[in-house]
Amino acid sequence: MSNTAYRIQGATGEWEVVIGLEVHAQVTSNSKLFSGAATAFGAEPNTQVSLVDAAMPGMLPVPNRECIRQAVRTGMAVGAQINKWSRFDRKNYFYADLPQGYQISQLYHPLVGEGALEVILDEKDPEGSTKTIGIERIHVEQDAGKLMHDQHPTMSYVDLNRSGVALMEIVSRPDMRSPAEAGAYLAKLRQILRYVGSCDGNMDQGSMRADVNVSVRRPGDEFGTRTETKNVNSVRFVMAVVESEARRQVDLIEDGGTVVQETRLYDPDRNETRSMRSKEDAHDYRYFPDPDLLPLELDDAFLEDCRASLPELPDAKRHRYETALGLSPYNANALTADVQTAREFEALLTSVAAASGKGEADVAKRVANWMLSEQPGVLSAAGVGSDHAKNTIEANTAIVVATESGLISGSKAKEIFETYLTGDVDLAAEIEANKQTSDTGAIEAAVDAILAANADKIAEYKAGKENLFGFFVGQTMKAMQGKGNPQLVNQVLRAKLG
Amino acid sequence: MSVDTATVAKIAALARIKVSEAELEAMVPELNGILAWVEQLGEVDVTGIEPMTAVIENQLRLRDDVINADPLTGGDNREGVLANAPARQDGFFGVPKVIE
Amino acid sequence: MTDLTNLGVAAIRDGVAAGDFTAVEVAEAFNANVAAAAALNAFIVTTPERAIEAAQATDARRAAGQPLGKMGGVPIGMKDLFATKGVQTTAASHILEGFVPEYESTVSQKLWDAGAGMLGKLNLDQFAMGSSNETSYFGNVISPWRRNDGGNAAMAPGGSSGGSSAAVSARLAPAATGTDTGGSIRQPAAFTGISGIKPTYGRCSRWGIVAFASSLDQAGPMARDVRDCAIMLEAMAGFDPKDATSLDLPVPAWEAGLSADMKGKKVGIPREYRMDGMDADVAASWDQGIAWLKDAGAEIVEISLPHTKYALPAYYIIAPAEASSNLARYDGVRYGLRDLPDGAGLQDMYAATRAAGFGPEVKRRILIGTYVLSAGFYDAYYTQAQKVRTLISHDYKNAFTECDVILAPTAPTAAFGLGEKSDDPLAMYLNDVFAVPASLAGLPAMSVPAGLNREGLPLGLQIVGRPFDEQGVLNAGLVIEQRAHFSAKPERWW
Repeated sequence: MSNTAYRIQGATGEWEVVIGLEVHAQVTSNSKLFSGAATAFGAEPNTQVSLVDAAMPGMLPVPNRECIRQAVRTGMAVGAQINKWSRFDRKNYFYADLPQGYQISQLYHPLVGEGALEVILDEKDPEGSTKTIGIERIHVEQDAGKLMHDQHPTMSYVDLNRSGVALMEIVSRPDMRSPAEAGAYLAKLRQILRYVGSCDGNMDQGSMRADVNVSVRRPGDEFGTRTETKNVNSVRFVMAVVESEARRQVDLIEDGGTVVQETRLYDPDRNETRSMRSKEDAHDYRYFPDPDLLPLELDDAFLEDCRASLPELPDAKRHRYETALGLSPYNANALTADVQTAREFEALLTSVAAASGKGEADVAKRVANWMLSEQPGVLSAAGVGSDHAKNTIEANTAIVVATESGLISGSKAKEIFETYLTGDVDLAAEIEANKQTSDTGAIEAAVDAILAANADKIAEYKAGKENLFGFFVGQTMKAMQGKGNPQLVNQVLRAKLG
Repeated sequence: MSVDTATVAKIAALARIKVSEAELEAMVPELNGILAWVEQLGEVDVTGIEPMTAVIENQLRLRDDVINADPLTGGDNREGVLANAPARQDGFFGVPKVIE
Repeated sequence: MTDLTNLGVAAIRDGVAAGDFTAVEVAEAFNANVAAAAALNAFIVTTPERAIEAAQATDARRAAGQPLGKMGGVPIGMKDLFATKGVQTTAASHILEGFVPEYESTVSQKLWDAGAGMLGKLNLDQFAMGSSNETSYFGNVISPWRRNDGGNAAMAPGGSSGGSSAAVSARLAPAATGTDTGGSIRQPAAFTGISGIKPTYGRCSRWGIVAFASSLDQAGPMARDVRDCAIMLEAMAGFDPKDATSLDLPVPAWEAGLSADMKGKKVGIPREYRMDGMDADVAASWDQGIAWLKDAGAEIVEISLPHTKYALPAYYIIAPAEASSNLARYDGVRYGLRDLPDGAGLQDMYAATRAAGFGPEVKRRILIGTYVLSAGFYDAYYTQAQKVRTLISHDYKNAFTECDVILAPTAPTAAFGLGEKSDDPLAMYLNDVFAVPASLAGLPAMSVPAGLNREGLPLGLQIVGRPFDEQGVLNAGLVIEQRAHFSAKPERWW
C-alpha cells in the first residue's frame, strides 16, 4: 500500500485510531416495513401513518416482502451469508418517537451475516490501493418517528411519518484505521446500495446515516474503549467525527483521563462531538423475539430471484471497463463511481458503437473521454445541467460519432455542442458545416501562407525553440477555421519545416 | 434469585411506572414469592431443547409492497390517528418539551 | 310468548329466520335484561341502540328475502378487549378510559357481518389479567350464581372474561365473545355453568384485540351450549392477512359436523392432573365425564403429560414478559390517559401516566415481565420458560399419538367468593393450573358444564384437542352436554 499508516501525534507518542461504522440505510420501498402506509419523503406530518405505525391497541405487524428482498440483495452484493432462518426481536425502550414502546429489529438472528467490501483509498490508483473492510451483519428494523422541539414554547411535536419505515442496519467490523478509510467505506457502501437499488443513499434526506464507533490505542495494542457518535449524515462529517473524536480521546488519555463508553453527538458547526445527556443509566433493552411474528424463513426460489435481479456491481464493472473496454483504471473508476454515470456511459457506448458500425471496445475510449472530460466542460461553459432537454443520447451519439470518424476535430466538437445546446441550430447541419478538410492541397496552401508570414518564427524554431510547432499548428487551424484535419496539418507542417 | 427494594425500584423505572416507597415495600415480598415459585423451572432438564418459536406450525407470510392496500393498515388517515390524542396541534402529537 | 332471553344462538337465529319473532323483539328483550342487571356490573358500556340497529337490519334483510348470516338476529355481548369503532374500548383499565377506536377488530367485524348485534362492552379483568374479574378499573363483576347455603356472598364469575360469563349465565346475552390467554374463556365458563371454546392459536384474528400476551391470546365464543359455540366460532374464525400469526385455513362447518358418537375415538386422561388434595366434587365430576364419554362409545386411555406442573410457572414468565412489552404503548402520548404533573418532562409523564393508569395486578405483571427480560436474567427465565414450553408441546404431541382428545377438569375448584383470593396473587394464579397447559401449546380447548358441586355451584369439564381439531373438541363437549343435562341457572336476585 502506497500511503503510510494514519497516526495521531500525541504528547506521549503516536496513536492509532480504530473505527467501526453502523450504517442505517432506508430501504427503498413504497410502503413501510410492517404497514401499508407510504414512505415518501417530505409529506405533511402524520399523513403517512397507519393505525399500526401509531401503535393503536390491538394493531399487529405484517412484514413487507420487498423490504426483505432488498436487504437480501444488499447482503448478496457485499458477498454476505444470507440466513434463510431469521427472526424479529423487540428492542424495548420508551421515547416519544417510538409509539410501540419497542422497536422491531433483529438481534439474535439477523437476516444477513458476514460479508465484506473493498474500498479504494487512492482514486488515482484504484487497483493498487484497496483495503477490505469486514461487514459483520445486516439486519432489518423499523425507523422511529421524528420529534420537533422548536415549534411550541412548552411542547415538542411528534410526527410519525417515518415511524415504521424499513431500515437496514449495516454493521462493519472495526477494520478502519483512518478518517479516509471510514469515508471511503461509507462512500463505497452508498455506491453499492445505489447500484443494487436497495437505498437511494440520499444522506441529506436522512436516507442513510452512520453511527461512528471510535477508539484509540497504541499501534498494535488491544482495542481501547469506544464511543459511538450517532446519526452522522455525510461522508465528510464521518471523516470529521473520526478526526475530532480520536483527537479528543488522545488528549483525554494523555491528560490522565479515561474514555467512557457513551453515546455522543456531532456538532458540525463546532466540528466536535459532545456527550448526549446521559439517558444511559437505564439502558436495558430487554430484547426478546417478537411474539407477533413468526420466524422469517426464506426458500431457495426467493433467494434465486434476489440473486438473479442483482445488477453488475461497481467492482466488476470497473474491472470489465479496464479489461474488455481498455479504459484506464482512472477512467474506469470514474465512470463506475455512481450507478447513474455508469448507466449513461453504457447507453452512449452502445449507441455510438451502433451508429459508427464499430465494436464497443473500439469506441470506448472516445466515449469515455467525451463523458469525463469534454462533455462536462461544454455543459458548464453553456451554463446548463446534464439534465438539459437537448442533452440527449442522440445528440451525444452524433457528436461522438462525428469526432470518432474524423469528420470534425475534438475541439470543434466541443464548440459545436455548445452552440447546439445554447443556440437554435440543427446539430447535423452544424457538423456538416464544420466538417474538417483532408484536402492536402488546401492544407498546404494554408501552411505556406502561414510560413510566409512568419519567417522570424521559423528561424527561432530552427534554432531550437521546438515548442513553436504548436504555434504553427494553431495559426494554420485558425486560418482554416478549425476545419483542417489536425493530423494532416501536423504532417504537412513537419514536412515543410524540415 | 430474589429482589430487594433497590432492584424493584430499578425495574419500575425501566418499566416507567412511578411507585411510592410504600408500594415498593409491599411489592418486594410479592415479587419474591412469585419469582421463587417460577424458579422451579430451573429443575427441568432442557438439554438439546430449542425454545418455542411458533406454537402452531405456520409460516410467516410476507405482504406485497403496495401503499394503502388495506385502508385499515394504510396511511392517509391523520384524523384517525390523532383522534384520541391527549394533546394535538398543527397535525402533530404534543408531548412535554424534550431537551436533547 | 316465550321469554326470548331463554333462547340461545341457534334458537334465535332459527326463530328469526322462520319468522317466529323478529330480531328487534329479541334485541329489546335482551336490552331490557341488560338494563335490569346493573348490579352484576357485567357491562362497562351498554349499547342498546347498536343491538336494535343490527336487529332492524336483520329484519329488513329477512323482509327483502336476503340471507341473514350465521348470527342473523343474535345480539351478543362484546368483551371490552375488542376494539369497536365509535364505542369506548378500555380493556377495563383507567389508562384507556375514554378511548374510542377509529377501527373495528377483525373478529367483531366478522360477527357484525354475520348479522350479530352488540348489546354492550363487557367487563373483564384489567388487560385480561386475572381469574376472578376483580382487577377491573370499573369494579368487580358479580357472578349471578350464589352458594346454596342461603348466604348472599358475592361469587367470582371467573376471569378474565368475567363480564362475558356473567352476562351469558344471567341471560343478559345469548352469547358473548371471550379471549383466552391462560384459561380466560374456559375458567369463567366453568364458574358460571356455560360453554366456551378457545380455538387453535391462529384461528381467530388478533387484529384489533387489545394484546395481553401475543403468543397465547386467542378469541373464542362463550355461549349456553356447544352448538351455539360452534355457530359463533364459525362466524369469528378465519384467515386475516392483517395478523401474521393467523392461520390460512378454511373455516370448517363445525355446526354441521357436530356428532355425539364417540365410537372409535380415544379419550386421554392425563395422570398428572390427579393432584394431591384435589377437590372431591371436581374429582367426582371428572369421573362422571369419563363415564359419559365411555357411554358414547369412546375408549378411555390413561396418558401422561409429564411437564404439567411446570406449565403454570412457565406461563407466569412468558405471559408477563410479552405483556410488559405489549403494554409499553400505553404512555399517554397518542391516546388514553395522560398524567402530566407540573413541570414534568416526557419520561416523568410516562411514569406518572402508567402509575395512575394501570391497576396493581397489571403493574405486578409488567414488573415481573420487565425483570425476567432484563439483562442477565433473560436466559435463566425467559429462554428456560420457552424451552419448557417446547417440552409441554412435545408432551401433547406424544399424548395425541395415543388419544384423540383429552378430558380434564377446567378448574381445580368451583367459583370462589370475591375477595377470597385477591390478597394472594399466587393462590389466584393456581386457579388456572388445568387451563394453562393447552394455552401454552396453542391447542383448541373448551369447557362445558358438567353439574353442580355440593354448594350448588357449576363445575366444568375441559376437552383439549389436536391442533385444528375444534370439531373433535366440540363433539366430545356435546357428548358431555347431552348426558349432563345441565339445566341449572342462577336464580335471579339482581
